[in-house]
Amino acid sequence: MNLVAGLSILNLARFQFAMTTIFHFFFVPLSIGLGIIVAVMETLYVIKKDDQYKRMTKFWGKIFMLSFAVGVVTGIIQEFQFGMNWSRYSRYVGDIFGPALAVEALVAFFLESTFLGLWSFGWDRFNKKLHLLFIWLTTLGSAFSALWILAANSFMQNPVGFQVDHKFNRAVLVDFPALLQNHQLWLEFPHVIFATFMAGSFVVMGVSAWSLLRKPHHEVNFFKKSVQVAAVVALIGVAGLAYTGDRHSLYLQEDQPMKFAATEGIDKNVGGTHEQAPWSVISYTDPKTHDVKWSLDIPYMLSILAHHSLTGGSQGWHELNKELHEKYDVKFGHDMNYYLPNNTIYYSFRIMAVSAGAFGLLAVVALWFTRKKSKVDISKYKWALWIFGLATYLPFLAITSGWLITELGRAPWVVYGVLTMADAVSPNVSAASLLTSNILYFATFAVLGLIMVMLSRRVMIAGPESVDEQATEENVDPFSPSAFEAGKEA
Amino acid sequence: MMTGYQILWFVLIAVLFAGFFFLEGFDFGIGMSLKTLAQNEEEEDALIRSIGPHWDGNEVWLITAGGAMFAAMPFWYASLFSGFYLILFAILIGLIYRGVSFEFREQMRTAKFRNLWTTISSITSMLVPFLFGVLFTDVVQGMPLNANGDMSANFWDYFNIFSIVGGVAMGLLSYVHGLNYARLKITNGSLHDRIQKQLKVLYPILLIGEVAFAITLFVFTDFFTKKPVVTIIMLAAIVALTLIAWAVTLKQQNTWAFIALGLVIILVVSLLFTGLFPRVIVGNESNMSILLKNATSTPYTLKWMTIISLTALPIVLAYQIWSFYVFRDRIRVEKISY
Repeated sequence: MNLVAGLSILNLARFQFAMTTIFHFFFVPLSIGLGIIVAVMETLYVIKKDDQYKRMTKFWGKIFMLSFAVGVVTGIIQEFQFGMNWSRYSRYVGDIFGPALAVEALVAFFLESTFLGLWSFGWDRFNKKLHLLFIWLTTLGSAFSALWILAANSFMQNPVGFQVDHKFNRAVLVDFPALLQNHQLWLEFPHVIFATFMAGSFVVMGVSAWSLLRKPHHEVNFFKKSVQVAAVVALIGVAGLAYTGDRHSLYLQEDQPMKFAATEGIDKNVGGTHEQAPWSVISYTDPKTHDVKWSLDIPYMLSILAHHSLTGGSQGWHELNKELHEKYDVKFGHDMNYYLPNNTIYYSFRIMAVSAGAFGLLAVVALWFTRKKSKVDISKYKWALWIFGLATYLPFLAITSGWLITELGRAPWVVYGVLTMADAVSPNVSAASLLTSNILYFATFAVLGLIMVMLSRRVMIAGPESVDEQATEENVDPFSPSAFEAGKEA
Repeated sequence: MMTGYQILWFVLIAVLFAGFFFLEGFDFGIGMSLKTLAQNEEEEDALIRSIGPHWDGNEVWLITAGGAMFAAMPFWYASLFSGFYLILFAILIGLIYRGVSFEFREQMRTAKFRNLWTTISSITSMLVPFLFGVLFTDVVQGMPLNANGDMSANFWDYFNIFSIVGGVAMGLLSYVHGLNYARLKITNGSLHDRIQKQLKVLYPILLIGEVAFAITLFVFTDFFTKKPVVTIIMLAAIVALTLIAWAVTLKQQNTWAFIALGLVIILVVSLLFTGLFPRVIVGNESNMSILLKNATSTPYTLKWMTIISLTALPIVLAYQIWSFYVFRDRIRVEKISY
């Protein structure tokens, strides 16, 4: 009975972590990616002195601000959650995990929030270059934030720089710089940053496409230029994603072989030092027996992908399961389950990879359509605009898939090989409390998500000319001395 | 035996919470005043604009306090956050809706929906400081803790006369602090006179609240037996500064009123942390209290945290103060088109 109650608390806490993280991580990459694009646009404005770029900065800045606000408020849940739902985790790794979070708040959150305030309220009080500096400092703050939170996550994936203090039953930090030198971090951090490029650029391209569908031939120059900036950012991002993703999978075979086997659907060992290994394109695994039921394979492909060679194989999860039992049974007992939710991870990986291909293709098409010499009337190609419109949502699907692989793949541990999830959850929080918070968080996220989509749509419908109205309004900026005089007369 | 690092981090966490209640305190007050003070949308707009560039940065003080607690005192963080699960959950929900309300309100097209978000902003701005007041009074009065530091409390452990008084006091302090801030920032309109009218009533109530707090503090905590001198001096200073704030308010010296009441908030936080020391959560059985000396990270981690914090904090303070300086000008109540 106790076991059942214990399990359900664990599952509720895990569900909450997944839900809050996924929702939070819709808005974080969007705000980082849009932040970079907006910063690039404002930089172009300052360099080229073309007012169109100022309009672009302000228009896309509106959606950026909306996503930033939701990202900030959902972020607080993340920080509090460790103590609330995972108190034993917090005690066990607080010495290591806590500093990463604290430094994130100290060096990143203050920077981004303060300079975002200065940027958004300071269009008319600062000279152009100083104002530009503010958006870059905000972006720098966001990047710092990603760096430190991913340093914390990288420790969970590949723990380094610590020792176990048996007297107090906790892990203690013995090498602080090692947290930042963790190779997992330098695979994960650039990959995430390039993924934010996707979120930002495909929202810009998508909203531009929807706008041109709504009002063909309206503000074409504005959206063309916007798409140009976005497509360049997207192309850089795709290249970066492919490179870091490939590097990551090489390391994964060493660090977390179970996760690697799950992403490629390998149940039994395949290939060898002098043998090719086939790559599974699509397959199905029986969740009970963990056997691959059917699979469509391409010969040699796994050797090429996993070893960059024509030969070389990989271990399957059946064998890895045995190895993990041999290695960890002394510490964690015989009844641990080392099998992963293989189908979920396998298909998440495929969604992510196919999305990356689509991103590259679409970015090239977008650049082709918007190139200077192009005489193509984009408004005529409705089907193309539809594709770009729908592609708005693709980065979010890909990003969520990526996190599912990363986080599900470290099961059954919360810190790989060090602490299990069952040993991490708060013992004194009731299932009723967790259920209540799960339901209310879910409802809150539904409300916020709905309003966010509605408001973004409204910004889109209002169109670029809405920032022009503001521009004329700014002549009577409430802060300026002239407004004060005008107010007196009135 | 406690080390210097442990004491330093106890003080730093107290400073971060004091900073949070001082800064976000007036934010909360401004939020509440949207419903209790503003009489039209222009006034609501002016009130929100007065905190527009700052509220987000102010809230980071809370996030940093939480992060610092996690890093420097994981055992305190884990016990406190899991022990006050539903209260913190309600605080989070409050902060989420409050955080988006400013942005969402501005984006709404009809007066009805704008008003809805204004109301949400106002209610959550009241709820959050109230719940924080409840939480901190609970921490000092003694909660049921086991040997692992896990709290198993029932409703009446969380909500009793003392914690309600603490919650109301924190809400009221934030409100008056917000009114003082509004008077500093907004220069025209009839708002000023209405604030003055409200303050005339509020100061006596605030003083009654402070006396009630002192009495319940005497009944429910060991502050007066363990540290009588410091406790009495700090309580006297709180009352004295409130009286000063009251007096200068009547003379329309707004800056001084703002400073005096701001000091009251800082003193209240200081009083709670002083009485708490050397514990971090008081247990309802004295041997079950969680002690500072057992709650912290290792000296190695504390050393790194100290180096990083003492480097970063001055820079953070410098640019945050600069941003307040940049937006120091007054705000006028006026029509803004949506």
